[in-house]
Amino acid sequence: MSNWIEACTSDEIDEEDVMRFDHDGRTFAIYRSPDDEFFATDGLCTHEHIHLADGLVMDEIIECPKHNGRFNYKTGEAKGAPVCVNLKTYPVRVEAGKVLIEVG
Amino acid sequence: MQNGMVIIGAGECGARAAFALRENGYDGPVTLIGTEQHLPYERPPLSKDAMVSDSHPSPRTIAGDEQFSEKRIDFIARSTVAAINRPARHVVLEDGRQIGYDRLLLATGAIPRALPLAANSKHCVTLRSFEDAMAIRARFQPDARIVVIGGGFIGLELAASARRRGAKVTVIEAQARIMMRGVPEEIAHIIDSRHRAEGVSILCNTGIVSIVDNAENVAITVSSGNVIAADLAIIGIGATPVTALAEASGLETGNGIVVNEWLQTSDPDVFAAGDCCAFPLAIYGGRRVRLEAWRNAQEQGTLAARNMLGALEPHQSVPWFWSDQYELGLQVAGLADEGTQTVRRDLGDGAFILFHLDENGRLVAASGIGTGNAVAKDIRLAEMLIARSARPDPNQLAESAVKLKSLLAA
Repeated sequence: MSNWIEACTSDEIDEEDVMRFDHDGRTFAIYRSPDDEFFATDGLCTHEHIHLADGLVMDEIIECPKHNGRFNYKTGEAKGAPVCVNLKTYPVRVEAGKVLIEVG
Repeated sequence: MQNGMVIIGAGECGARAAFALRENGYDGPVTLIGTEQHLPYERPPLSKDAMVSDSHPSPRTIAGDEQFSEKRIDFIARSTVAAINRPARHVVLEDGRQIGYDRLLLATGAIPRALPLAANSKHCVTLRSFEDAMAIRARFQPDARIVVIGGGFIGLELAASARRRGAKVTVIEAQARIMMRGVPEEIAHIIDSRHRAEGVSILCNTGIVSIVDNAENVAITVSSGNVIAADLAIIGIGATPVTALAEASGLETGNGIVVNEWLQTSDPDVFAAGDCCAFPLAIYGGRRVRLEAWRNAQEQGTLAARNMLGALEPHQSVPWFWSDQYELGLQVAGLADEGTQTVRRDLGDGAFILFHLDENGRLVAASGIGTGNAVAKDIRLAEMLIARSARPDPNQLAESAVKLKSLLAA
């Protein structure tokens, strides 16, 4: 069953940046890529449960603010030590300036 | 090549090197030798999470058994290397076993510096291993009297952890302030105040005169003449590189095992990396340093592996450190003592970053403090600016409305 929820408006996130979104006891990270697309992943790093939204976005990579674990936020792929577990990603769509994510 | 690669030391650096050999396509034998009983594990949590978690902690391993077997890394636990025979290209374990190598990596780390006055005290301990951490944790009881000797990162993190568990804490520091090494006074002051607000007693400019054990506790006489009673005293006065093996085998050592920009020792087939090595830091004109830092251990382990395979890439990273105490997170990129002027940028909610510039206006370091990881993003950007030898406009550095990312593009 699909469950789309509104995470933020599209102008709340700068290009090539990330923000945290908490919903129903879960935490997500919402990304806006340099080419103005939106993406969503789990909000916590798979290494030590650090909020990724405090980390730096460069191109399609989010870097954990604590230990520099890197993920491709478009695919969730872990890019090497210290992270080895991929990040869960969620479908995103933008409607009328609102960023919606499907949290399942 | 037929003997393979041998790595002495199975901490962060050695373990990363072992896996990096495989990631870089090496197919021969890889042997990783460690003194401890556990699979290689991360040490940073030992002074922090492992001290305060509600459940009983276990070592946070860097890789599991299945990864070692999948990558065909022969991990030899509980083993001390007795000697390196460089002419014969083998190492000798204490049990007499010989292991040949084509290239050898020394990742022996650093051990807590001993306080001679505490040598005979059974109530004075240091922190390096998981077992050390568990022994300390067991003593962090409500109202236990804990004395921390040394106001550096490890001592202060342990002080914060001890307070979280309800112990009474005194920190004794010989210098005029805490974190004298590597942390600017403005930031050290925030941390000092935070500890005092928690009820931690911090005594600076204070030396240790004597340490006398009683049956259940220890009496520490300090330079003011006061005697402080403690149920446990933790010595955190720095670390000493483990170089005895390198010295005995005739490798050049100074403050650590001396290596070149490729992390090669005075024997081109022997490399050293991580806390044990003294290396030239390219971003500061080859200034020779030794770092005791998690990320450096990881980066140098990875680089040493590539260079053992012949890549010969120079080490060019910017040093990076962090510390967590209470809700505060401190991060430093670069070595602040390279700077001659400081520019402050406020990030809101009390968080701020100090940019350290040298006499030519080059950004050489950045230190930040705030709640949680509030400074992380900007410290990371500062690190990239430092790596590029950027000379950012100090006015723009100070102005929080100017995004650091825009300075990177300039």
